[in-house]
Amino acid sequence: MTDQKKPVLRAAGIDKFFAGAIALDQVDLTLFPGEVHALLGENGAGKSTLIKCITGAYHRDGGTIRLGDTEIDPRGPEESQALGIGTVYQEVNLLQNMTVADNLFLGWQPMRAGMVDRRQMNRRAQDILAEYGLHVDPSLLLSSYSIAIQQVVAIARAVELSGKVLILDEPTASLDRDEIDLLFSVVRELTARGMAVVFITHFLDQVFEIADRATVLRNGRVVGTRKLAEVTQGDIVELMLGRHLEAAKRDRSHATPGDTILSLKGYGKRGMIEPFDLELRAGEVVGLAGLLGSGRTETCKVVFGAVTADQGSAELRGKEIRLTSPRGAVEHRFGLCPEDRKIDGIVGDLSVRENIVLSLQARQGWTRPLSRARINELVDEYVRLLDIRLASPDMPIRLLSGGNQQKALLARWLATNPDVLILDEPTRGIDVGAHAEIIELIEGLREQGMALIVASSEMEELVAYSTRVMVLRDRRQVRELTGDEITTDRIVKAISQEETAA
Amino acid sequence: MMRSPRLPLYITLATFLLAYAICASQYPSMLSTRVIANLLTDNAFLGITAVGMTFVILSGGIDLSVGSVIAFSGVFLAVILRDTSIHPLVAFALLLGITIAFGAAIGSIIHYLEMPPFIVTLAGMFLMRGLAYVLSTDSVPITHEFYDTLQGIYWKAPSGGRFRLIGGIMILCYVVAMLVLHRTRFGQNVYALGGNAATARLMGVPIARTTIGIYAIAGGLAGLAGIVYSIYTSAGYSLSTVGVELDAIAAVVIGGTLLTGGSGFVAGTFLGILIMGLIQTYIVFDGTLSSWWTKIVIGGLLFAFIMLQKALGWATTTRRRPALEFATRS
Amino acid sequence: MIGSTLRRVTPQLLILGVVLLMNLAVFPGFFTIEFQNGRLFGNLIDVLNRGAPVALLSIGMTLVIATKGIDLSVGAVMAIAGAVAASVVTGGAGWFTALLAALAAGLLCGLWNGILVAIFRVQPIVATLVLMVAGRGIAQLITEGKIMTFLNEGLIHLGAGTVAGVPTPILIWLAMGTLVTLIVRHTALGMLIESIGVNETASRLAGINSRVLLVTVYLVSGFCAALAGVIVAADIKGADANNAGLWMELDAILAVVIGGNSLLGGRFSIVASLLGALIIQSVNSVILLSGMPPEFNLVIKALIIIVILVIQSPTVKHALYLLRASAGSAVPDAKEMGRNAPSAKETRP
Repeated sequence: MTDQKKPVLRAAGIDKFFAGAIALDQVDLTLFPGEVHALLGENGAGKSTLIKCITGAYHRDGGTIRLGDTEIDPRGPEESQALGIGTVYQEVNLLQNMTVADNLFLGWQPMRAGMVDRRQMNRRAQDILAEYGLHVDPSLLLSSYSIAIQQVVAIARAVELSGKVLILDEPTASLDRDEIDLLFSVVRELTARGMAVVFITHFLDQVFEIADRATVLRNGRVVGTRKLAEVTQGDIVELMLGRHLEAAKRDRSHATPGDTILSLKGYGKRGMIEPFDLELRAGEVVGLAGLLGSGRTETCKVVFGAVTADQGSAELRGKEIRLTSPRGAVEHRFGLCPEDRKIDGIVGDLSVRENIVLSLQARQGWTRPLSRARINELVDEYVRLLDIRLASPDMPIRLLSGGNQQKALLARWLATNPDVLILDEPTRGIDVGAHAEIIELIEGLREQGMALIVASSEMEELVAYSTRVMVLRDRRQVRELTGDEITTDRIVKAISQEETAA
Repeated sequence: MMRSPRLPLYITLATFLLAYAICASQYPSMLSTRVIANLLTDNAFLGITAVGMTFVILSGGIDLSVGSVIAFSGVFLAVILRDTSIHPLVAFALLLGITIAFGAAIGSIIHYLEMPPFIVTLAGMFLMRGLAYVLSTDSVPITHEFYDTLQGIYWKAPSGGRFRLIGGIMILCYVVAMLVLHRTRFGQNVYALGGNAATARLMGVPIARTTIGIYAIAGGLAGLAGIVYSIYTSAGYSLSTVGVELDAIAAVVIGGTLLTGGSGFVAGTFLGILIMGLIQTYIVFDGTLSSWWTKIVIGGLLFAFIMLQKALGWATTTRRRPALEFATRS
Repeated sequence: MIGSTLRRVTPQLLILGVVLLMNLAVFPGFFTIEFQNGRLFGNLIDVLNRGAPVALLSIGMTLVIATKGIDLSVGAVMAIAGAVAASVVTGGAGWFTALLAALAAGLLCGLWNGILVAIFRVQPIVATLVLMVAGRGIAQLITEGKIMTFLNEGLIHLGAGTVAGVPTPILIWLAMGTLVTLIVRHTALGMLIESIGVNETASRLAGINSRVLLVTVYLVSGFCAALAGVIVAADIKGADANNAGLWMELDAILAVVIGGNSLLGGRFSIVASLLGALIIQSVNSVILLSGMPPEFNLVIKALIIIVILVIQSPTVKHALYLLRASAGSAVPDAKEMGRNAPSAKETRP
């Protein structure tokens, strides 16, 4: 630890509860001046909840925050900003419709004779940005510049307004390599001035490149704070993903996979996912492994046609097809359970019944409604089969728990009797019981001869049901593991690239 | 590739110049100061209303109540001047107080009850039109001598055009509005709100105060437009100025302001008003064209500008300037 | 099915009942219906008859609003349809041809709106504003600025005639309401429309063709507006491009809102919207019959709307929920729980 310096910010014993569930449990975070501190953890580990508690966006349920020598209790982002804690988010929180200078100075514009002094504002904006090595025309619209420049403008605003602690929430997620270099040179400049920077990201390479220390969260708890000079990427991945449940060795002598159903060659989409090959056979589960942002979700979307691929070819049972829309994919008997259940999955105000029959009905067309009896039969069947717990199939689906919503979405696709079922994070945010049931279900479906693609951030899970695992990194397929190669160890190594890609 | 926020404004300006050139080439007398003076006088009330509408639309809202507010204002003034002996200036102040309070109330409902501006101002439109009916269903003439004085104020251009007071008030409104929108923090907050309300809130823009202020300005300017209209017509009539809100919205959009908010210029709205006035003048000059062509042409222009904005929107989201040409690595 | 519909429209039925009783209070003969000269007469019949245009508009508007849209152009489309019908009959064609021409014009307008919304992704309020502004001009172009009168009995019958003693407009809106309700509820159309209104992204990912559905609802709206336009023209035996359907889009939106349909899309009930239209007409009637000067009509209407809107606003709903929860007297129902409970973690029932 850098004990010789006094910490600039010390959060101790932070607790946060949501409707009885623990989101943060006695979390400590200490920041020293001049350090870049990475905050790591998978989705739902509590990173953003912690940040929101520190900036006052959420009201914390316990713990103290000390900034320098004084204890603070900000009630909102504006107050914490005034105290010295600035935050910059991935989706740049600036106004695209205003100029660079406007964005930098909104709310504290230089005034002369009761009027905003635009000339001075532009000149000062130019000076400030020049300090970051950026020579742009501040009188142009923010939207005419790239995300990287917008990020720097957002950082400049946060630094001008706060100046002690800067929190960067996934700032590099949509940047290319050169832009990341630009951003990092800005960050180094700031730490040289003595600021403390919190860096939240899923890209471990970048963590090791820029950060001095890292705090890893899992399930709302701190599982460790490490000096990065002393650890390897593999250590950090292990901390993040945990290996608490040593997965029971499963019988991997699956029935031999059947015929090839889907064959993708050089399939990809510029800016989303590098071209990849994929052969999917009946009775096979292809797992997609990788950290967040590695291209798991993008792969799922491209295969389903939610995003149209701009290169490569696809063959379904030997026939060339083009997948340009979800509608087309559904007609070819594809199904996709998306990652973000609430936004892309459920139709919240409609009943569970309607949500279950939605895709089948969409495929049949509106003129051929499913009969009442057929609907009831389907719904009853899948509610029983998947053990969906509900008061009535007529209740709005948004009232179900996460696990039951997920099962209902699975039911939606199973009702269409798909050939290819793509599941993106099927077990995220659901409780342990439903978790196990969904894993069992995936295995059951595979045994029945369905072809599945499953993306997941949970290693044990992938190990349990995958017949093959595609490892993704930086939006590229880096390794394919088969048979006995499929172990959490090998996956972790492939992800952290300690093993040269085969 | 690089889009200036002023591009729609330039397109509006070009449209205006082109339209004026076409008009002038066919009817050279349209170049006279008389025509120009009348253009300003005839459209003064609409122009003032459109200033308020520009604020509202820039902030991402819409105000359907302004036409009714103008009618109410006219009837209110006519009735109060007929039934009491108070001076018109006092009546003006009273009226502006009422309409500003009305606008502020609309803004408060929109902000605090989180209701869409469209439906709230719709209710406001019914309310003000109804209040105008309640005051009087007949056209009430205004015969106060002060009105004669006001109507008598004009500046006669050397070539004969009479630039009247109400045209001057309109131009003054535009000048003040330009200063407020571009040179005050409130004005910048209007743009911020229209750009993205959630982001604006995170950046510290006082949402409640700004929203209420915007609708209060729109209400107040509609009241002022009502005063101008009563000077223009020397009467108050509850059935007048039906549909003025649509004309005002059209002027704002033709002026290059984005209907979704956040981008546009009040100067463009002024040009929009002139273009619409020009179309009407042309039809009057022509004599054989019927008045309904005004609506069709304005509808066409509206469509053209909406599609133009869509196209510009696509162009900017797909093309951004790369970072590196601006960066010098230290 | 009928039971759940009844439950859904109970508030509207209650409001309608209250307003009708107010009518009775100010005019004791309100419920009297007489049969004279082969035609039903009575104030109740008048309400049903006068309410026909708004009722028709509200049918299409309900579907449009269910998709999170809005159609501001229906008033102008009424004017266009009336003008088309009038010009076709004055040109010597029969009433049926005129009706078909008017309906075709309405569908064309709906197609225009639908394409702007579904293909070009213009927000509905902006997209339909174009036709709202230009439509009346187009109607005037057709009638050449005059009120185009006609004497064609067949056409007039649609607005002023009776069938088996019942005024034709009543039959038309009842038939249209029934037809559209049957179509949306007995095919999958209603469910798919609600689905895209609630969550278009999820619906698209589930394989729903949202573009076609969006165009469809604007087509229906245009069709209903055209019918309403023909009725209004037939009623006055002429097409008045300036005043036909003026501000009726607002009444139609209001009918939908009073019908308890959310402006944010999703679940809809055409029956409730039709009751909303009748409520508006009954309010007009009570103001008229009470001998109150008609100039109060709009003020009262505005106040009623404001009250209804305030009750429906999310903030007030939330405040009421908090009030009940803190009082602890009533257990909040499941719906409210779901809407307001933090969504971070949910428990299994």
